Amino acid sequence: MHAYANPARFLSLARPLTGWLLWAGLALVLFGAWAGLTQTPADYLQGETVRILYIHVPAAWLGMGGWTALAIAGLVQLVWRHPLAGIAARAIAVPGMLFTALCLATGSIWGKPTWGTWWEWDGRMTSMLVLLFLYAGFIALANSDAGDGRDGGSISRGAAIYALVGAINIPIINRSVVWWNSLHQGPSITVRGSSIDGTILWPLGFTVIGFSLLFGAIILMRMRAQIAENRVRARLRRLAEDEGA
Amino acid sequence: MTDQWHFVIAAYALTVLLTGAVLWGSWRAMTRAEQGAAAVQRDRP
Repeated sequence: MHAYANPARFLSLARPLTGWLLWAGLALVLFGAWAGLTQTPADYLQGETVRILYIHVPAAWLGMGGWTALAIAGLVQLVWRHPLAGIAARAIAVPGMLFTALCLATGSIWGKPTWGTWWEWDGRMTSMLVLLFLYAGFIALANSDAGDGRDGGSISRGAAIYALVGAINIPIINRSVVWWNSLHQGPSITVRGSSIDGTILWPLGFTVIGFSLLFGAIILMRMRAQIAENRVRARLRRLAEDEGA
Repeated sequence: MTDQWHFVIAAYALTVLLTGAVLWGSWRAMTRAEQGAAAVQRDRP
């Protein structure tokens, strides 16, 4: 990992990887969505709305996975002061918030015809909403850091600690359907198998992997943008210093 | 088309719109920033 602490070395890997992740992700998502919309049967209970599963589950996975990655980046920033950790944390926040919002929105759209309500203040939905607010708080905190003259697109110690503390919410989201009575169904996919029938389940693998690759592509794009902005800023500062001397 | 399909289409349309917007915004930010960095590098005295 430390080998890639050097932005130049990181860019040599990120440049070719961005396109690969983007196009492979798009292809997998499009195939999974096409299969989910046209090739799988309607569920005997939920009917056609079961097809929302193919975007709702990847969105939930990436909202939670995004914060886990953000907390790891915060830890690396705190302990090793890795120059790319803060940049990575910033890059993760916006797509992480996007997928959390998509999870809540698609879940709500699914809930109306299935449960008869757009929203219920139960453990799963409320803890997911807390995650959305955590992302918003992190983005606000990271942007306020940028205003205090912090160079290199890194994050402050406070933002890194906030990312770590916020990670407490991840196991709460995961276990919420077990700990509390909920409208939301229990865990459908576990290490022991799935309660979803195979004829409905199979496109989900394509959309989960596809959206994950897209998430990776978005993070790399945002990190590359930050690194390029840092270079411009450093160059302009050097020019200003030369003129001042 | 049943009513249920309206909910499915709404969910997919929202996903395409929001994911597309973040993808497009990130791509534009990256290309603009990298072009700016390349220009600064070129103008080096």
